[in-house]
Amino acid sequence: MNLADSKVIAADRETVWQALLSADVLKDCVPGCTEMSGSPADGFEATVVQKVGPVKATFKGAVTLSDIVEGQSLTLSGEGKGGAAGFAKGGAKVTLSDHEDGTLLEYDVEAKVGGKLAQLGSRIIDGFAKKMADQFFENFRGAVEGPSDQTAETAEGDGEKKGWFKKIIG
Amino acid sequence: MPKDSGIGASSKRREDVRFLTGTGQYTDDINIHGQAHVYFLRSDVAHGKINSIDTSAASAMPGVVRIFTGADFEGVGGLPCGWQVTDRFGEVMKEPAHPVLAQGKVRHVGDPICAVVAETLEQARDAAEAIELDITELPAVVDMKKALQAGSAKVHDDLADNLCYDWGFVEENKAAVDEAIKNAAHVTTLELVNNRLVANPMEPRVAVGDYNRANDESTLYTTSQNPHVIRLLMGAFVLGIPEHKLRVVAPDVGGGFGTKIFHYAEEAFCTFAARQINRAVKWTASRSEAFMSDAHGRDHVTKIELALDADNNFTAVRTETYANMGAYLSTFAPSVPTWLHGTLMAGNYRTPLIYVNVKAVFTNTVPVDAYRGAGRPEATFQLERVIDKAARELGVDPIALRRQNFITQFPYATPVAVEYDTGDYEATMAKLEEIADLSGFEARRKASEAKGKLRGLGVNCYIEACGIAPSNLVGQLGARAGLYDAATVRVNATGSISVMVGAHSHGQGHETAFPQVVAEMLGIDESMIDIVHGDSSKIPFGMGTYGSRSIAVCGSAMVRATEKIINKAKKIASHLLEASEADIELKNGQFSVKGTDKSCAWGDVTLAAYVPHNYPLEDIEPGLEETAFYDPANFTYPSGAYACEVEVDPETGKVTVERFSAADDFGNVINPMIVTGQVHGGIGQGIGQALLENCAYDENGQLLSASYMDYAMPRASDVPFYAVDHSCQTPCTHNPLGVKGCGEAGAIGSPPAVVNAVIDALHSGGHTNVTHIDMPVSPSRVWAAMNS
Repeated sequence: MNLADSKVIAADRETVWQALLSADVLKDCVPGCTEMSGSPADGFEATVVQKVGPVKATFKGAVTLSDIVEGQSLTLSGEGKGGAAGFAKGGAKVTLSDHEDGTLLEYDVEAKVGGKLAQLGSRIIDGFAKKMADQFFENFRGAVEGPSDQTAETAEGDGEKKGWFKKIIG
Repeated sequence: MPKDSGIGASSKRREDVRFLTGTGQYTDDINIHGQAHVYFLRSDVAHGKINSIDTSAASAMPGVVRIFTGADFEGVGGLPCGWQVTDRFGEVMKEPAHPVLAQGKVRHVGDPICAVVAETLEQARDAAEAIELDITELPAVVDMKKALQAGSAKVHDDLADNLCYDWGFVEENKAAVDEAIKNAAHVTTLELVNNRLVANPMEPRVAVGDYNRANDESTLYTTSQNPHVIRLLMGAFVLGIPEHKLRVVAPDVGGGFGTKIFHYAEEAFCTFAARQINRAVKWTASRSEAFMSDAHGRDHVTKIELALDADNNFTAVRTETYANMGAYLSTFAPSVPTWLHGTLMAGNYRTPLIYVNVKAVFTNTVPVDAYRGAGRPEATFQLERVIDKAARELGVDPIALRRQNFITQFPYATPVAVEYDTGDYEATMAKLEEIADLSGFEARRKASEAKGKLRGLGVNCYIEACGIAPSNLVGQLGARAGLYDAATVRVNATGSISVMVGAHSHGQGHETAFPQVVAEMLGIDESMIDIVHGDSSKIPFGMGTYGSRSIAVCGSAMVRATEKIINKAKKIASHLLEASEADIELKNGQFSVKGTDKSCAWGDVTLAAYVPHNYPLEDIEPGLEETAFYDPANFTYPSGAYACEVEVDPETGKVTVERFSAADDFGNVINPMIVTGQVHGGIGQGIGQALLENCAYDENGQLLSASYMDYAMPRASDVPFYAVDHSCQTPCTHNPLGVKGCGEAGAIGSPPAVVNAVIDALHSGGHTNVTHIDMPVSPSRVWAAMNS
């Protein structure tokens, strides 16, 4: 399946770009990600726990960045093996451009599943992939922008959460 | 007056006592002391190169006995194919290797890579998770037409392309057929898909391999329709075990529908592994495994052209079919789109010129083989759909068009190599009109329309070739086996009888119907007779049950053996009664001397055979046991006419089957109740194919419909009460019972009736541009067609 969408992020392009290259950001943004290590140059190792329809599994796999055009676009690719659950593969072509409210992030996502995931979950996989992508980029926007006042309030009980960018700039 | 025993009686199915009380003995009920369990690690990619398999961590897991990979099977034979098709150019088909466990490459989702043998199934499964596979995914071949394009990825690297064979039939007629189509007054063309199906017997496949080191004997318990065929294929071609050291047992089997004919990797594995580890090894398929490892059915893409003259007589039929073989050749796969399909393209009609072209294609999908009807449903569907389309194009009544072209003289030699010995297509059509109340259809249509529904009527005929098959004929056509059958009638001292039959019953009711025949011939009570089947160590030989062959072929062998019994018993009786053998008559279980009141009972004669104190020992041996092998002289040709009425909801496209009627000619009928049940089941599966079932792959070769959430099996609420009749009987002329077989008819005859009815309903609603909807005719497809 393929889907395309975009988000406006209230930050400058350079900030958004740096965030895209950060293992910490990726870990916070990939839904269900419990571990992430590595670097943009060597790729990242990730562990993701997800439930797709009837199949819940721990996926171990690699995330790589490719087609990097500094400050403009890159392709994020991931492949996770879930043992008996099968596998999931996905990629997102991300393009950044200037926008009056910050940066326009456009993404074009492709997702594939195999094995038991395809056999049991194919009906729901499109919706699942869309949800995953939306969540990822929404998390990403949140991470870059930091929590809005509203989300900060609701998150109070868990202690104040700062966005990645705000963590860095204090 | 219905009979209450013997041939023609609806004797209650005696096997149902155990089936309905949970006391059947299925393969999974067999547990052997000390058995280990196997879990197969299967490919989750459709096509891939195996770089490495690391089993070291998995081997150290708790309970693991041994992990097998393809390397353990080097030097062991692959799974053999039982039929070799020769193509249009005189070349034999491509026959790639089919290893028990993948070697070098995986070629479909579900292809077994490793087999983990452990103390428990759970331990085997856990260990399989620890196996490290390094597989490079390769582009998958899924679509048949793309598979044949230059530059397509190849399923088998050692073949030139993905073409298994390009078959033409009858090749010598091709030019004449082309000419007839060019010169026809009218040509109707139809392109269609015969959807891929999964048989889904209620009982999944199971195998238990056992080995006795003391006598070097292997035993395989398996869910098979033909244990002797498995013994032959596995013993001779895969594992190299001679027959006297290999016993194959197929106990109670919970449905087969064709998919349990074939020899599967898991059977060979369990037998092989039991010898290797000197322990029994058991495997029971999960339903998910069944979806990706049982041979699938159908999957043809066809273009058919029907030529008619100015008087609407059929003058020629030309077809081009792409038939999916899947990744490997299953046991009888090559025969299904060819000899079980092309030979049926005459249908019930006097079409003088027929040409059938079939391209069999390898793809990265589960192998495809025979499923209830096997080739004949595909032939019937395209022919009966194109006739319906022609009738619409010509503005003539579809029933009248069929009637006008019926074969009426028998025997009839078709232009596609078979000779119908007998039949009466007008009789079944007239019976159909009666039982389906076709004259009341318009009133029912009006009633449906008053409810806002569109109502359609679909009618079609079918013919099939059953009683498979004359060995000398199928040998010429490429079969690597004979297709006779055998029976031993063992009369015991007190007169009870065990009949060892080569046919295998997995729902057909043989245990009831076969004794009815012997009881009729001897005039004794059915309860005195049992059949024994499914164990290669107990029965003489047998080619098993498929192709509606059991009663026509094995039943005939049983009749021949019983005739030998009667001849010998008469000799004994003539001695006991001190009369000439020629004067002895057997009636109602009594031997009597013609014209006298002297008689002796069946039990007197059988006792004398085993306690030969007063016995003609100088003339005949003691004992009363006879064996016969029977090889049929021809196929049998059941035929019939089916009618379906559907309602279509124009708002949603949902189709409901309101009425379904079947008028069949099965020749003589042994047990009418069982025959009715067979027809019911067949129609249920046919409606399933027409409206619900579809095995789907995505473009990467991922199997998308591998559970009952996505593969829609018909349920009771999807089918109506059927009107079924088999009183039209033109007995088969070449077997002793005059029977034709009834197992597949329902599945062959019903899909075109359903689709014809849906098209009729849409036309009645003004959707006259809709000429065809591919199966399954789902609400979304109907809705899309109505709104196109």
